[in-house]
Amino acid sequence: MAEYIVKNGFVVDPTLGVNCEKMDIAIKDGKIVETTELKSPKTIDASGMIVMAGAVDVHSHSAGPKVNVGRNFRPEDKLNYYKAKSGVKRMEAGFSVPTALSSGYIFARMGYGFVMEAAMPPLYARHTHEEMRDTPIVDEAALPVFGNNWFVMEYLKNHEIENVASYIAWLLRVTKGYGVKCVNPGGTEAWGWGMNCVTPDDPVPYFDVTPKEIIKGLIEANEYLRLPHSMHLHSNSLGEPGNYQITIDSLKCAEGFKANSDFGRDQVLHHTHLQFHSYGGESYGSKEFESKSKEVMDYVNGTDNITFDIGQVTLDETTTMTADGPFEYHLSHMNNLKWVNKDVELETAAGVVPFIYNPNSFIGVAQWAIGQELALLTKDMTKCHITTDAPNAGPVHRYPRVIKWLMSLKARNQILDDCKYGDSVRSQCYIGEIDRELSFYEIAQMTRVGTSKCLGLSHMFGSLKPGMEGDVSVYAYNPETDDDPEKIEHAFGNAKYFIKSGELIINDGEIISNGHKRTFWVKPGMELTAQVNRDVTERFKKYYTVTQNNYEVKEHHYVPNPYVIEVNAA
Amino acid sequence: MSKIITDVVCPFCGTLCDDLEVTVSDDGKKLIDVSNACAIGAMKFLHSQADDRLTKPRMRNEDGSWRDVSYEEAADFSAKMLANSKKPLMYGWSSTNCEAQSVGSTIGELIGAQMDNTATVCHGTTLIAVQDVGVPSCTLGEVKNRADMIIYWGGNPAHAHPRHMSRYSMYPRGFFTAKGHRGRTLVVVDPRDTDSASIADIHLKVEQGRDYELLSALRVAFRGEVLPDVVAGIPKEKIYEVAEKMKKARFGVIFFGMGVTQTLSKNHNIDIAIQVTRDLNEYTKFSIMPMRGHYNVTGSGEVWGWQFGFPFCVDLSRGFARYNPGESSSNDLLVRGEVDSVFVIGSDPGAHFPFGSVKKMNEIPCVCVDPHITPTTVVADLHVPVAFVGVEVGGCAYRMDSVPIETHKVVDAPEGMITDEEFLNMVLERLQKIKGV
Ligand code: SF4
Ligand SMILES: [Zn+2]
Repeated sequence: MAEYIVKNGFVVDPTLGVNCEKMDIAIKDGKIVETTELKSPKTIDASGMIVMAGAVDVHSHSAGPKVNVGRNFRPEDKLNYYKAKSGVKRMEAGFSVPTALSSGYIFARMGYGFVMEAAMPPLYARHTHEEMRDTPIVDEAALPVFGNNWFVMEYLKNHEIENVASYIAWLLRVTKGYGVKCVNPGGTEAWGWGMNCVTPDDPVPYFDVTPKEIIKGLIEANEYLRLPHSMHLHSNSLGEPGNYQITIDSLKCAEGFKANSDFGRDQVLHHTHLQFHSYGGESYGSKEFESKSKEVMDYVNGTDNITFDIGQVTLDETTTMTADGPFEYHLSHMNNLKWVNKDVELETAAGVVPFIYNPNSFIGVAQWAIGQELALLTKDMTKCHITTDAPNAGPVHRYPRVIKWLMSLKARNQILDDCKYGDSVRSQCYIGEIDRELSFYEIAQMTRVGTSKCLGLSHMFGSLKPGMEGDVSVYAYNPETDDDPEKIEHAFGNAKYFIKSGELIINDGEIISNGHKRTFWVKPGMELTAQVNRDVTERFKKYYTVTQNNYEVKEHHYVPNPYVIEVNAA
Repeated sequence: MSKIITDVVCPFCGTLCDDLEVTVSDDGKKLIDVSNACAIGAMKFLHSQADDRLTKPRMRNEDGSWRDVSYEEAADFSAKMLANSKKPLMYGWSSTNCEAQSVGSTIGELIGAQMDNTATVCHGTTLIAVQDVGVPSCTLGEVKNRADMIIYWGGNPAHAHPRHMSRYSMYPRGFFTAKGHRGRTLVVVDPRDTDSASIADIHLKVEQGRDYELLSALRVAFRGEVLPDVVAGIPKEKIYEVAEKMKKARFGVIFFGMGVTQTLSKNHNIDIAIQVTRDLNEYTKFSIMPMRGHYNVTGSGEVWGWQFGFPFCVDLSRGFARYNPGESSSNDLLVRGEVDSVFVIGSDPGAHFPFGSVKKMNEIPCVCVDPHITPTTVVADLHVPVAFVGVEVGGCAYRMDSVPIETHKVVDAPEGMITDEEFLNMVLERLQKIKGV
């Protein structure tokens, strides 16, 4: 493998405590090394540019059944958005839902080395893995969904944490999953009958547990198994005006739990796309609706076992997709666009609806403002992660634009000044009171340090310390001389150089390799309890439509280049 | 001596049953018996054992007779044909695994092919309708565990998908459906007196080609508006009655077949059938699902979806993917004389395409990769027999509800035979050489 030295760049790395300092970074055999270890390195001249560790994404939807529904049912999404093949780089297409191949290239261009697919329906794990396999360059993993799973709900009815943990351990092994995702706990099962669970205390029809019990039970089981990542939550009543109290009540489920894991994380609960869950008021109207980001952040800032990502609205036409089936149904009634629903036996559901976040509507810009506020009101930036819940709040390739807004009051004011409802948004939200501008250091905390720690991967990613994975991103922005927010966006979306696992992927802005992507999965040490073993066998016989033996995803074709994290049981 | 292999997946129809048991000889070379499969599924397995099965590629002579060639020669011919074509069509992909489909995509991208699958003459109209209005659907297990109303519209599952009713819809006892068929209402909408219609609680004998009107009438009835006395051959009382039953169901599902996708109004039939389902979700829970035919036509659309962004009719000739059914659909391309060679795999267009298209296939260079002798091989210049997917080689396939299932190898292919994927890889290697990449 070639050796590289990235010379003379402005290095930003909070784990080293360096903030735009001129340093050389050395890469050898796929890892960061001391510069003295290099023999005949190739030189990458990064003078006048920012150098960071490869970024880590904690929550996006880029692979799997609902993502593919989004692609196949929206030919219009590709109408003006495609890139021809060139050299080793294959064809690309799709604005809000890029093809698997395109996804890999987009992440590479933004300097991302690791990406978490945020929701994998277990029955469709094989599909998710096929897409991840075909997504070049970036390492990936996927979180199976558990929040509406029949096994989980039945065990939690009697608070059988050991059985829940045993079932989770089994499911992670057979689906090659990474951790525990929970979407609209209980509400998606209720959707099997066209109903929902609106608050954390609404019992799930028939199963007779509450969303609160599901959230707490999954946190407990997750810590029992000592998994690298914490429970990852999308709470009830996403997108509903007035939902912030539901969100705070859901976050409070983490109280009293402490991280129990060897992977360096502090949180026991990651709440995703918090923007969609921080609303006040009773309707979407410009006089009614209001931001409750401050109230939510007051709570979050006061805890030490919760992390979150923002789910920033980017004011684009996009495609929403979530395992929150009832929400998508509801959304399709708001905008009257096409609606796909897919209920999945014993496990979950999914909905997909195109959506336009109109910069000339009040609510679109208010949602935009709330995402910004959450980040700008955060005290410890490693707890707050940049996402667009892609593609739900915006396409993944908009991350650089989100960074621009967070770093520039001027860029934010431009949004508010140019839109029709800027004044209403200023009065109904907190955005007008906030003049904070984040630094490159804080951006690195949000996109590198915090996310890798949150996922239990801080021993591999998010840092340029010797021994870490050789993931290095070089952005053409000079922090000493450049002062243009537009240039920030351009730089973060078009890495000048990107090295992934020690391999040069982008050279002078051009993709020159498809890399050697790996799929990460977690193998918990816990075996099946006798009861779970019996239950699994029985339920496959009676209720599933595939046999138990055909359910398991074998590595060979589906996970051809695995990175397995083995976890010791307690 | 013999051994029994369990959990075998049937590579025939979109029902993709995965509970078959196959008895094979101890050395794994002979397939002796198949159980749990329906008659057509079992036939597929037993066919692989035919004594007169072709095991070597054959090339057409000037005089129309065949001569045996090696797989190397076959791959050379295919690569040259594809490389020399201005606009090659690569068609089929529905009766092979996703692994082969993926290699096919790489080839198609390299040579700028027109890629199309059997949806083009089957459920392509469904794919278009979903692009118009979406689709509320579910997995087949949801039907099994929850549904109390089953509607088959424009299809005859008793013959086309023989185990569909017993495994998923009418007969199984599920979690919330412990009474099995006694707790379910079956409605069949079909102008014909089929075996499926004969066991229905309600058979709506719609007039041929009038499905759109009947679906539209149901929407009127849901809203309690006034209907004419008879719509599409069905008296209005019957329509009101069925509409009321649909609204009152706890969980209903419409399965639809080629009787609506390929008759007058085509995708518009499906548009409105989906709208009927959307309407019903105002009152209860309802799903709708296409009865996909080939066991992996769904997979072909999935693979192209994540690789190109479109489920069928994919035009790669410009270096990026374009999609325009009517322009980039196989039959339109063939009939207009726009393609100058055809590579067929995992399908039999010779049997399913209109005569005009098949005639064109006969006139231009044509390669057919297929274990069987078929009407397509009759017009091919090169026939490449391969191992049976799901019998002699495994690989991923997608059921009609898009659930991916890995098919298994149960016996060895005859000595010297290779798989779709292996043959495509041989063609790809040669093309890469020719193109210098
Ligand atoms: S119903 Fe279809 S998949 Fe099932 S055994 Fe018969 S042919 Fe095979
Ligand atoms: Zn999400």
